[in-house]
Amino acid sequence: MSERTIAAIATPLGEASIGVIRISGEDAFIIADKIFKGVSGKKIAEIDGYTALFGEVQNDDGRIDEAVALKFVSPKSYTGENVVEISVHGGTLMVKETLRAVLKSGAVLAAPGEFTKRAFLNGKLDLVKAESVMGLIKARSLSELKISRSVHGGATSKQLEAIEKNIVSAAASIAAYCDYPEEDLGEINEDTFIKELTAVSNSLKKMLNEYDAGKILREGIETVIIGRPNVGKSTLMNLLSGQTRSIVTDVAGTTRDIIEDTVMLGDVPLNLADTAGIRESADVVEKVGVDLARQKLSNSQLVLAVFDASDKPSRKDIELLEECKDKPLIVILNKCDKNCKYTEAFSKDIETVKMSAKSGEGIEALRDAVARVTRTEQLSPDSAILVSERQRQLAENALVSIDEAIYGIKSGVTPDAVGVCVDQALNSLYELTGKRVTETVTEEIFSKFCVGK
Amino acid sequence: MICYNAESYDIAVIGGGHAGIEAALAGARMGCSTVMFTVTADWIGNMPCNPSIGGTAKGHLVRELDALGGEMGKAADKNTIQSRMLNRGKGPAVHSLRAQIDRRNYSSYMKHAVELQEGLDVKQAEVVSIEKENDFWIVTTKLGARYSVKAAILATGTFLSGKIYVGEVNYNSGPDGLAPSMDLTESLKKLGLPLRRFKTGTPARVDRRSIDFSMLEIQHGDEEITPFSFSSNPEDIDNSGVCYIAYTNGYTEQVIRENLDRSPLYSGDIEGVGPRYCPSIEDKIVRFADKPRHLLFIEPCGKDTEEVYLQGMSSSLPEEVQIKFYRTIKGLENVKIIRNAYAIEYDCIDPLALTYTLEIKGHDGLYGAGQFNGSSGYEEAAVQGFAAGVNAALKIQGKEPLVLSRTESYIGTLIDDLVTKGCSDPYRMMTSRSEYRLLLRQDNADERMMPIGRRLGLIDDKKWKAFLKRKEQKELEIARLKETTIAPSDSLNEYLISKETAPMTTGMRLADLIKRPQLTYDGLAPFDKERPELTIDVREKIETEIKYEGYISRQKSAVDEMLRLERKRIPDNIDYNAVGSLRLEAVEKLSKVRPENIGQASRISGVSPADISVLLIYLEKNKTENKDD
Repeated sequence: MSERTIAAIATPLGEASIGVIRISGEDAFIIADKIFKGVSGKKIAEIDGYTALFGEVQNDDGRIDEAVALKFVSPKSYTGENVVEISVHGGTLMVKETLRAVLKSGAVLAAPGEFTKRAFLNGKLDLVKAESVMGLIKARSLSELKISRSVHGGATSKQLEAIEKNIVSAAASIAAYCDYPEEDLGEINEDTFIKELTAVSNSLKKMLNEYDAGKILREGIETVIIGRPNVGKSTLMNLLSGQTRSIVTDVAGTTRDIIEDTVMLGDVPLNLADTAGIRESADVVEKVGVDLARQKLSNSQLVLAVFDASDKPSRKDIELLEECKDKPLIVILNKCDKNCKYTEAFSKDIETVKMSAKSGEGIEALRDAVARVTRTEQLSPDSAILVSERQRQLAENALVSIDEAIYGIKSGVTPDAVGVCVDQALNSLYELTGKRVTETVTEEIFSKFCVGK
Repeated sequence: MICYNAESYDIAVIGGGHAGIEAALAGARMGCSTVMFTVTADWIGNMPCNPSIGGTAKGHLVRELDALGGEMGKAADKNTIQSRMLNRGKGPAVHSLRAQIDRRNYSSYMKHAVELQEGLDVKQAEVVSIEKENDFWIVTTKLGARYSVKAAILATGTFLSGKIYVGEVNYNSGPDGLAPSMDLTESLKKLGLPLRRFKTGTPARVDRRSIDFSMLEIQHGDEEITPFSFSSNPEDIDNSGVCYIAYTNGYTEQVIRENLDRSPLYSGDIEGVGPRYCPSIEDKIVRFADKPRHLLFIEPCGKDTEEVYLQGMSSSLPEEVQIKFYRTIKGLENVKIIRNAYAIEYDCIDPLALTYTLEIKGHDGLYGAGQFNGSSGYEEAAVQGFAAGVNAALKIQGKEPLVLSRTESYIGTLIDDLVTKGCSDPYRMMTSRSEYRLLLRQDNADERMMPIGRRLGLIDDKKWKAFLKRKEQKELEIARLKETTIAPSDSLNEYLISKETAPMTTGMRLADLIKRPQLTYDGLAPFDKERPELTIDVREKIETEIKYEGYISRQKSAVDEMLRLERKRIPDNIDYNAVGSLRLEAVEKLSKVRPENIGQASRISGVSPADISVLLIYLEKNKTENKDD
């Protein structure tokens, strides 16, 4: 099956000392030779793999830049195909010109994630790694890069391997006990067994707990800013997004529809919605805005409730808080630069931040509060992280089976049935790490990598 | 050699061991004219190793074989001298039946069974060659008789170029001093079969009177026993035999260690690969160096002999060393050896060359069974013999082959393992080889296999009707237990507390009570007045299906999942070299095994999930391309 040769810029655009254009596919060498002239006169097609040529890239108008071409021969390359990496000087122009020349010489522009897809399809990456790199490609923030690297670099794989090893050991002790009744192996030590499986259960629980936090870092968190009219919600929105998005006036009820934006606060992408101030209003348009705000509130995963600290909290304020009590919530006491009177007005159990949206004072406190509330602060770069719903589901399945095995042993279920649970946990993990092929995995392959379409 | 043309048959079976017997009986019972060749007619169905049948997972095989219409279970029941269900207390999935057998009587029974079988001729002759002529296989004996057959089944056991090793001494021989089959290998090589060499071993048989049993732990048979065969009556089975348990010690280890250099295994004389899961005593001492002692069982070889078998103590050390280390064991200080322990090396085929019907790829009508296919054990051999015999007959009759799935039987698991994963040492069945242990229990082998045996015409009306009755009884009783509510009473609560489980405050369904791990179906009998009278096998089935309902249904969904992958077929004509990006090892393995579907492909060792992805994508693309055409 011969695929078309693809090319793309492999380094971030912008000011950098070098930029790399990667070409992958059967014709990579031929295409590269069309635009790259080595000073030694050697052709890329002729040199050995894993060696470099120095020369220049040219287009029809002549020289673009000095360049180095590096050759990788199939199957020993990132994609498993023939690959040439051309390094030119950094800067958008040179890099783009070079890519244009490559595309003109017969390569097609790679779709997002296509190098990884090919690497996966050519058996160079397992499903977990491929999934994580796909995550990396969609990365919106540095944190996501951190996560994907941690998966790709093996923190997740290592953690899963350790869990797997413990389960295998449990499964083996059951198997030996059942298959060799004549070998004087003694009874299974229940305490050790339970201890081993409990450790497994705890590791899985930790990974699952961090999944939500990881997902927040990856995909952002639906955040809604609420508060009575004119407490400074739009000012806060503008502060966070660093530009004037919401119209700020002194007239209460200025924001009537919902303004949305994704902003980074520390490591956390907030999918922000600034809402109309929630109040009973006679104005039809504003009423629609208030309804929308309530709807948004119910769909949100994080609530930033803004109050005017210079004003005494009203019964309405307390009612409003009551509406959000089931959500992760941060109370922002705004306008603290003016007259910060009522800072103690809310329960100590609620995460509360004093700030001035206008001056930006207190934004660090808000950032820390968000990290705490979303539990993203616990995530260290070397945390083992599940990156997809598929992985989460399988880890969950493994956990259920392990807990059932523990329960079984404790309540006197026979080892054969406990063994079934342990086997099942192992199968879920094998499926997660791509060591076991199931129909779900094969479906995933086709859906995720759009194969054959 | 001057040859003459002898008779023609549908099927020739080469070998009269456990595989050969089942192959010959199945072929003849399916209506094919069959001939069975054996080197020594006196020792048809010999047990050259342990005088027992069954054991973990092996017991399951025998029960399944019996439900399909095989002979081994009946023969074992008739010649049992002690019967035990191993692994009681470890759960119904791993309950395994094992019986001590009178080996001479067993052999006589089997000899007579094949002699009596209509359509089957038994011939004492050494087969020296097998070759294809037109559509027929020509099987030639040492005396020059040429038999023309439509199908031939190789069940040569350890006889094929057999060689015995005892210390520095080695010589060509079959097991138990019987003549080996030295010429056939050459002819099989000419056919291009991928032959290899395996080895196995057996311990000494010693004189019962030389053992001090007062020093040893005695082991009796079970009080209530289950026969192997679904048509045997437990009351007819002799269960009077006793076994004894003894242990090796530091001195045993010392003697063996001091003489390791005299073992042909460690000196490099033996090239054959031995069974990992049935190691010799010297192997155990080297591999499990931290174990201070190893268990051995002293088992009777029969009722009218003083020979006893030392299970767990096989060895290929020199005879004088054997005497020395056996005598280090408490109770065996003065032991006298009747037959020494030895290792035996033999030729067999790489089972990856076989199809699911045990036919050899590229050799239409030529089948392998038993140790020839790389397995070890009488039971493993017997079930393969049966499968090969049935399939040879079905092919001759132009019918669909019999392929048992690993989701329904240990037999299917064994064959799938052999032909898909292959084996690097003699393959032994274990319960852990099955992913579906709670479904493939020894107690429900009849439900899983008997309908298949019936379809093949190998289950008579009597056996079939008895099966239907048992099944109906079970289903009715389970339904009753699920519907019947039992009220709490003082006596019942007293009983529950005595069993360390919570007393009842409100009425409960009987089935829910049985589900409690502390309670049993039989134990609740006094509180359940309407209970019908049922035999022990039906009662056990009822208890298991209720108690393990949740686990069983989970295994059933695992089966469904596996079957979905089995349904993804791989075209017969696929050229793996044309599938880009498959790793070289995967190309080789896939080309060799030629799996029928993705499920099978995923089980091949050396084929990674990444390879499977590549293969799936290739198949998907080809499908799309073909559609475009």
